[in-house]
Amino acid sequence: MNHNFQKDISGCGLVGIINRDGKRISGSFACNSLCLMNDRGNGLGAGYAAYGIYPEYKDLYAFHIMYDELGAKTDTEEYLKKNYHIEKKEPMPTASVPTIKIHPIIWRYFIKPLPEKAERELANLGDDDFVVHTVMKINSEIDGAYVFSSGKNMGAFKGVGMPIEIARFFRLEEYEGYIWTAHTRFPTNTPGWWGGAHPFTLLDWSIVHNGEISSYGINKRYLEMYGYKLTLLTDTEVVAYLFDLMVRKHGLDTATACTVLAAPFWKRIDDMPEDEKEAMTALRMVYGSALMNGPFSILFGHSKGLVGFNDRIKLRPLMAATKGKTVYMASEESAIREICPSPEKVWAPRAGEPVIVELEDSR
Amino acid sequence: MFKSLAVPEFLAKIDPVKCIRCKRCIQNCGWSVYSWGGDKVLIDTFKCVKCLRCYHYCPEEAITIEDNPVIYRNNANWGYNHIRNIKRQAETGGIPLTGMGSDLPYPILFDHLLIDACQVTNPSIDPLREPMELRTYLGKKPARLEFDKGPDGKLRLKTKMPPQIKLEMPFIFAPMSYGSISLNAQKTIAMAAKELGIVMNTGEGGLHEEIYPYRSNVIVQVASGRFGVNPDYLNAGVAVEIKIGQGAKPGIGGHLPGEKIPLDIAKTRMIPVGTDALSPAPQHDIYSIEDLRQLIYALKEATNYTKPVSVKIAAVHNVAAIASGIVRAGADIVYIDGFRGGTGAAPVIIRDHLGIPIEHAIAAVDDRLRQEGIRNEASIIAAGGIRSSADAAKAIALGADAVALGTSALITMGCTVCGKCYTGNCSWGITTQRPELTVRLDPEVYAERLINLIHAWSHELKEILGALGVNAIESLRGSRERLRGVGLDSQTLDILGVKPAGR
Repeated sequence: MNHNFQKDISGCGLVGIINRDGKRISGSFACNSLCLMNDRGNGLGAGYAAYGIYPEYKDLYAFHIMYDELGAKTDTEEYLKKNYHIEKKEPMPTASVPTIKIHPIIWRYFIKPLPEKAERELANLGDDDFVVHTVMKINSEIDGAYVFSSGKNMGAFKGVGMPIEIARFFRLEEYEGYIWTAHTRFPTNTPGWWGGAHPFTLLDWSIVHNGEISSYGINKRYLEMYGYKLTLLTDTEVVAYLFDLMVRKHGLDTATACTVLAAPFWKRIDDMPEDEKEAMTALRMVYGSALMNGPFSILFGHSKGLVGFNDRIKLRPLMAATKGKTVYMASEESAIREICPSPEKVWAPRAGEPVIVELEDSR
Repeated sequence: MFKSLAVPEFLAKIDPVKCIRCKRCIQNCGWSVYSWGGDKVLIDTFKCVKCLRCYHYCPEEAITIEDNPVIYRNNANWGYNHIRNIKRQAETGGIPLTGMGSDLPYPILFDHLLIDACQVTNPSIDPLREPMELRTYLGKKPARLEFDKGPDGKLRLKTKMPPQIKLEMPFIFAPMSYGSISLNAQKTIAMAAKELGIVMNTGEGGLHEEIYPYRSNVIVQVASGRFGVNPDYLNAGVAVEIKIGQGAKPGIGGHLPGEKIPLDIAKTRMIPVGTDALSPAPQHDIYSIEDLRQLIYALKEATNYTKPVSVKIAAVHNVAAIASGIVRAGADIVYIDGFRGGTGAAPVIIRDHLGIPIEHAIAAVDDRLRQEGIRNEASIIAAGGIRSSADAAKAIALGADAVALGTSALITMGCTVCGKCYTGNCSWGITTQRPELTVRLDPEVYAERLINLIHAWSHELKEILGALGVNAIESLRGSRERLRGVGLDSQTLDILGVKPAGR
């Protein structure tokens, strides 16, 4: 546990789109919506996450890795070779963007853990757990290598630049996904590091986040007790790992996990019917250190759905809208109307009450 | 008998012009400093402890208590206390006793820690407009929870929660036994605890029948003397505490002399009137961690697993490993008492030289329990020198679940921290059993003052949380990122897990 870290602080704009029928749409929708909120970012970070983009490799983990130098790539690939079947590896397809002069070396890999892993002490880990271990290991131990996407049939694309520049750099108009999340960033204390942009992902979780978690210190220490290594020092990383812990490891459902992160006030809990009160009281007692306190709005994507929610007193904006089978969420209503001029329903989700959208065939 | 060569610490003086010979000072002084000389009040200043009872009760403001200017020659090495204690020991051959926490100028780390506040990037929260939550539960928490869905789609808890103590604010009152303090003092604390929705602790002196009405706000203690312990006692409160040690006197037992055991105390402690109440240094059935485990489970059996069991230890050098052992032995709460913690009576030499400060101890214990992945298994109570809500906030940020208040509670009853609790002459009626003195302490009156104090500290704590931009105490607990150290060396910062200011 190292306490000598410099935490990342930023403000932001965010967008999320989900087609509940699974219809795939181009990345330009998310980009157009996000670009309306350019004043919510300052060009020091933008990014996108998309689900459904690699149908031909849908059973393989798609690793997007950025390298500062080729040595890091060699080390990383050596590790991957020993532990994974590598179906395909290739440089990330990119386009030249005049304003992006310096960027890391970016590769993607479609891989699957070997049944006989070189790391024998981890032989009994399930595939997902092993992938999490790999991501933690590469990010914390291999200098200059950073895995920024590790899910199946999904991917994150992010870097330093304005939303339009990053979208062009990664040629996002060529990808089609049924869920898109997007983020523009206004960091106040970090130099532009490509890894510091959102979304932050782990397996098929992706998080875009606007806000500063004032309880970061204890959230971090809580996660460290369960073996998570917080290498990025961003609030967003905390959100992703808290979801991973509660949903994947502890088996809570998404709504319950949101209840932990933006817990109802005791005053409300005390007035609940006995059974519910007991459940909520226990949740707050046990997961108090996972309460995310401070201003935030978050979009949390996974392969089967999208969740948007605010902190417990709604200190950051979040709007939602629906049209047909599509649900939109964004920091500003204007960003939604930019790509969906006449939504059927528009609303401001209440503090701490998650908007949970699932694919129709996910049940 | 020759006159003591130990110079008096204080000079009590009465202005003969202002004095109206009302003799209230004579009546009020528990130490017999004043006596009637026929036409004026006589003063035996050797007996004065500067508790200021006479000063406050003199209707004419005729009394002044000064520090004695005739102290020994200035010497940075041979201080006043050294010379005075040697003289006293030469005269008596005894161990000088004292009360309250150490008054030596050891570094106070709380005074080298500063709390964060929000500006721009995250908003502060106004506690006068927004809810601000201090509720705290003490006890073992499972690492995870399981739920069923009810027919209404709502969650139903499947996991059985271990017993908890519910506190409306993260304060409890520290253990102070009937015997070390008066029944009125204990009653004052019990009344305040009930009103505040927090708990008090019987200390090792048993539970007097007049405290029974407050039992849902009482922790009962089992110490080495086992005074007043029986199944009813164990089941009377909301939790049971095993006292291993006390911050002011780690490794030291206690001795309440027979002359301080009148009928009422004898009944409460369940010992014969006039016998010495001896608390051995160790508990005679605990000589190892596995013995502690047996006692913890014996108490859990005796209370049918309905009450959390707390283990109170003094903060000593190896406190992290000891606390870890205690948690693994099954304790639901670890109560850590720092070396500056108060006492009713302790040898000066022990109080001033054994143990470690609470700040280091909280940090070390919280770190260790997290490293071992068992922080959820027990709550941490920090005690020993919490002087303000700021100290409490810092202790909580370092990792404590709640803080225990002893001295500060007594100060609301008139205590001036004169440190003479062990004499049994407390003029404020707190640490005495003399009926003419205890009667001065009206529980109704003083409970209100104690309630005021805790309300005030709670308001301050809420202001601190608001400035930090959080609205629940659990977001401060263990959040050392919100503390910065000033004037601390890098190793200390490392132990505290706190960055220096400016980083």
